[in-house]
Order: sequence, then C-alpha cells, then structure tokens
Amino acid sequence: MTETAALSQQNIITTKDLDAKDIETILDTADSFKEISTRAIKKVPTLRGRTIINLFFEPSTRTRTSFEIAGKRLSADVINISGAGSSVVKGESLIDTAKNLEAMSPDILVVRHNCSGAPSLISEFVNCPVINAGDGMHEHPSQSFLDLLTIREHKGSLKGLKVAIVGDIAHSRVARSNIQAMQTMGMKVKVVAPPTLIPVGIEKMGVDVCYDLGQGIKDADVIMILRIQLERQNQGLLSSLREYSNYFCLTTNHLSNVSDETLIIHPGPVNRGIEISLDVLEGPRSMILNQVTNGVAVRMALFYLLLGESDANPN
Amino acid sequence: MRTLIKNGHLIDPANNKNGKFDLLINKGKIEAVEPKGKLKDIADSKIIDAQGAIVTPGFCDMHVHFREPGHEYKETIQTGSESAAAGGFTTVAVMPNTFPVNDNRSVTDFILTQAKETSNINILPIGAITKGLKGEALSDMGELKEAGCIGYSDDGRPVSDSEIMRRALEYSKMFDLPCIQHSEVLALTEGGSMNEGVVSTELGLKGMPNEAEDIMVHRDISLLPKTGGRLHVAHISSGGSVDLVRQAKKKGLPVTCEVAPHHFTLTHEACRGYNTNAKMSPPLRTDSDLELIQEGMRDGTIDIIATDHAPHDLVDKQVEFSKACFGIVGLETALPLTLKMVDKKIISLEKAIDMLTFQPNRIFGLDKGTLGVGKAADITLFDDRKEYSIDPSKFKSRSKNSPYKGWKVRGKILLTLVNGKPVFQSK
Repeated sequence: MTETAALSQQNIITTKDLDAKDIETILDTADSFKEISTRAIKKVPTLRGRTIINLFFEPSTRTRTSFEIAGKRLSADVINISGAGSSVVKGESLIDTAKNLEAMSPDILVVRHNCSGAPSLISEFVNCPVINAGDGMHEHPSQSFLDLLTIREHKGSLKGLKVAIVGDIAHSRVARSNIQAMQTMGMKVKVVAPPTLIPVGIEKMGVDVCYDLGQGIKDADVIMILRIQLERQNQGLLSSLREYSNYFCLTTNHLSNVSDETLIIHPGPVNRGIEISLDVLEGPRSMILNQVTNGVAVRMALFYLLLGESDANPN
Repeated sequence: MRTLIKNGHLIDPANNKNGKFDLLINKGKIEAVEPKGKLKDIADSKIIDAQGAIVTPGFCDMHVHFREPGHEYKETIQTGSESAAAGGFTTVAVMPNTFPVNDNRSVTDFILTQAKETSNINILPIGAITKGLKGEALSDMGELKEAGCIGYSDDGRPVSDSEIMRRALEYSKMFDLPCIQHSEVLALTEGGSMNEGVVSTELGLKGMPNEAEDIMVHRDISLLPKTGGRLHVAHISSGGSVDLVRQAKKKGLPVTCEVAPHHFTLTHEACRGYNTNAKMSPPLRTDSDLELIQEGMRDGTIDIIATDHAPHDLVDKQVEFSKACFGIVGLETALPLTLKMVDKKIISLEKAIDMLTFQPNRIFGLDKGTLGVGKAADITLFDDRKEYSIDPSKFKSRSKNSPYKGWKVRGKILLTLVNGKPVFQSK
C-alpha cells in the first residue's frame, strides 16, 4: 500500500457529501486492495484489533457478505447483527440500539435499514464512523463506488462518459447515489423508465429523463439496469411485469444499435428475463460479476480510509 | 380593585383603535379605554406601565392539540395553557383527536372540567365531525354544541367520503357552527412523510403532493352552495388551495381559512438532514407555495393565523423520519414568526393583530378578541422591538419539538391577562 489521503467525511452516508477527490481516493485505494483477494491467503493485518459491526435491519446477501469479507480480509473482527435477531423486535428504538452497540466500542458501524435517513440518524448519536449500506429509497454509496470502479477499470477514466440508468428510479437508492456520484465525476446521466417510476423533480438533480429504452440507451457508454420489484404492480405503478418487460427489458435486439464497448451493469439481485434478458445478462458486455468482486475491494477501501491512515498500519 | 394599563400603544382592530390609549380593568372586565392621559389614576388601583409596549386583545388560536385526554406525556390542558399564555394566547380551540376522541358530551365535559381545574385561559373544545374520527357516521353535533363545542373537525384526518362531508355541512347548519376540514386526499398521500418534490426525491422519502390538498379544498367548496354549510379550511399550505379559496370567496361562498406560521416561514428544504422537527401535516412546501401563501395573507384570502400547536415527545420525534409524528410546538413562536411577515411588508402590524385576535372570533361567532368596553379583560402586552433567539428548551409546553431553534426574531410577550388576571409575566 502506498500512502493514502484521508476523506473529507467521517461518515459515508450520501455520495452528495463527497467531492471528486474523495471518490478518486476511494477508487484508487480499492484498486490497490484488489490484489489481496487474488492471493491464496486472502488476509492482511491492516485492521487487526479493530471491530466492525454490520447492523442489517433489512435482508441482504450480497452487501452484507461483501462488507463482512472486506473486514475479515483486513483482519478486523466483524460482527453481524440482523433486524430479526436484534432487540428491535423487542421494541427498542433505533437510537437506543445504536447507543448500546456504541457502548461496546466498535470502530465502524455499517448500517442497512428500510427507512431513508436511518444511518444519518444513528450517526448523530454515535462517535464512530457510520457507513450507509443502503437506507430505504435514499442511498447506497458503496454500491455506487463499486459501479464506478468497474466502469473505470474498463473505460480508463470516468469523465465525459454517458450513463443510462434504466428501471425503478423512484424507489432506487442505487440510482440516487449514482446520479450524484457520477455527476461529481463528470459523467452525464440519463434515467430511463415509465413515468410512474420517475420521481418528481428528478431533473433538478441534473439528469435527463427518457421513457423509451431504445432512445435512452442509444449513445450510452454504460447501461445500468435496476431490479424491478413485483409489488410495484400492486401499487398501481405498473400495469403488469409482462408489459414492463415488453418496453423495458434489455435484450440483444436493443444492443444491436449500441456500441460493442458499452458496459452493462446491474446492482443485483437480478430478475432474469424481466428487466434483462438471459443472453444479455451472460453476454460479453455484462459486468455484473466484476461488480461483485469490486464490491469487496471498495468496502475494504472504505474501512481503511475511515479508520485513518495514521493508526491503521497498512503492512 | 381596578387595574390601569397606561402609556402603551394599543392596537384593537375590532374597535378600529391603533394608537396611544390607556385601559382600565374592573372586576375582570374592560371598564374604559381612553386616549393616553385621559383616565385619572384611581385611588388604590394597580398601575401597569406599558411604556414601549404594544397592548392588544389576547391572542386566539383556533387550532391547537393539547393531547388530553390520552397523550398526557406530550401535553396536558395545563401545560398547553401555560404554553399558550407564554405565547400571548388567552383563548384556544382544542382539536378533538384525543384518546378517547371528543365526539360526545362526556369527553367535552371532561375537557371543560380539566380546563376549569388546571387552566387559567379560555379553552374551547372542537367536536368531531364523525364518530371516532372514522369518517363513517356523523357525531351528535347538537349534543356537542350544547356541551360547549364551538365547531366541528376530524382534524388529523380528513373527512374522505364526499357523502358524509355533504351531510356534515348540511347538518351543522342547524347549529350554525363551521366544519373545519383537514384537507387531504389520503389516496394521494399514503405512506408520505413530506412534500412531494425534489427534496423528497433526493432524501428518498415518499412525498405528499399539493394536489392532495387542492382536490379536497375544491371538493368541499363545491359542496357549499347546495348544503349552505360553513367551511373553514384548516392549516392551508398549498398555493393552489389559496387560489381556490380566493375564487370561492369572490363568489360569496361561506368559506374561511387559516394558515400556520410554519407554512409562511418554512419550506420543504427544512426537512434536509432528516430533521423530524420539520415534519408536518400538511407538509412544508416549496418557495412558490410560500409566496402564494404570503400573497393570500396580503390580499385577505387567508383570514386567520392558527398555530396547529402539535406537541410531541422526543420518543415520537427522535426516530426514523418516516416513523416520526407530524407537527410542532406552535404557541410560543407564533408572535415573532408573524412579525417576520410584518418585516417583509406582507401584512401590517395591525393586520397581524387582527388575524390573531378579532378575525378568529368573527369566524367562530365568539365574543373575544376585542378590547371593547364591557368585554372580558383578556389582554396581551408585548415588546415588538425586543430581539432574541428562539430556545425551545425554554418552552412552557411539555414538548420541545420546534424547527426554529436559534432563529433570530423580534417580539417578546411581556404580560398576558385573562379576565384581568396575569396568567403569564416575562421575567
């Protein structure tokens, strides 16, 4: 590890707080950590003696595992707490849960919660850094960093790239984190979805809005497909998943008009055949598994950067 | 023993007085109001020197939540009354969304008994429009009026069913009391916790669109000509609703409306950082709504200022934004926030006092909000030039939920009298 610059923020709650230098620092650090995961012995002593608590109030496989592996590869002690197994089911308030965990001196709290703003609330009541691992419809910053890392690896740089984000923009925390971070990095973002899944005022966040998939992805360097959830149908936001697929499922047909260099990313979990066809999912442009690999590196970088270069020994 | 308030600047819109007047109180009533110096000091009378102070009728807030019975940990009739007195209010109308709901005589009796025993301001109960605020069956409006209710409302919830609202407007006519509507089409706001707009989109919170208010205001106004009922629109918040009320008034329809200070001083930007003290229903809206609300105050479309005083304990506010209760403590910041509209030249000081005193009484057909001779000596004295910064921890209210912490304001209540007796005196 070479010397790293610290971040401007003590918590990672929203990508809006971070400037281009912060994001570059995170990506560069993640880049240098990637190699560790390719070793036979995938562990460095960097964060030995540090404690990381993964506080997950919402089910998660990929993100929780990714944070856990990231911590363990840096030799931190990682504790996982899930909503169902916590005192939340006994009626404890979020703040009390957080304060009690803090009393056991963790070095970082990683929080996932179904309410927007929950990690922000927790950060006001604890002294250790808080990483938002996805809060309601608000943000999922580490997902954005792993997306950016994946894109940068394949495109060389981020500035000037055009991105189309396709799907349930209204309910997507991944979309919000990326819309902000990508623009900070000089990228141009377009959102593509039926009008019922485009939130009010999104254009004021600097994005273009498009209701046609073919048009929307035409000149994109990156296509990000979002998961569509079945319950949107019951909320009257979709007529049916079948009709959604007819208009918004990314298939090889759409890609015939798109450059071979265009990357396809998806934050997972994927509904095969609903928002993306099987052949595209498994085709050469699909970066989905690279994203997952990069997720570990990005989260290692966040732990390392938040715990400070001064007392975290990279060797 | 008489009390003489002298040397003050008296503003009494009900009697078209605005200038240097002295005021004599005898046996809890106003005995005389005369130009400065005309009233001779009467032997053994108490003198209150109001030099530098504004003397007005006691303020009247037609929309407060005192939480008793049922949620006394947030507020009681006693603590709410102390909060009111500290804010210069001598009369408040308490909303019926207590537990149990004030939808029958026994609850109204309880509220008035508690008021008699624990409060020294005027407490006026508002009865429910529908039993249990369920929006299904009309409450016994006659019995509620006889017990002392001065209007009907399901506040906190709207009357969603158009047929029920039609009948409520018709039936209430028999008792000549207004129906106060919390205008919100629930289908459009379900799960929402703030105004729908760019801020809710950025924060990832489900929004409550303006149209939810506008559609119901429009519906209720549409029900007026045939029913002949009286509609009072509670806490108007959207620019569109202001215009609907304006047009209805032009047609001579019996509609009035109120605005809460937070809807003329704050926008949805205040919700950033997931500040639950900025979570209100109806929600804080946009800059453009704020301007249209202020325009409605300027041109008289908006009749009165009412605080929607909604105290909540920390356990209901220091939580995830979407789980937090709606509302703020309003009584103790109403005057300084209203004076901000005077500073902005939206309304004159006299108009501001009118909206806090005489107009509410006119709408509800009450005999307060005036310094007329023979009326109850409910009087507020304040220093309109005193500057300070708002400190919610000093509130008399049992709850401290306010988004105005640290705001630099002017206008401090010096003395509040009810029936000639001090109920609040600043230190």
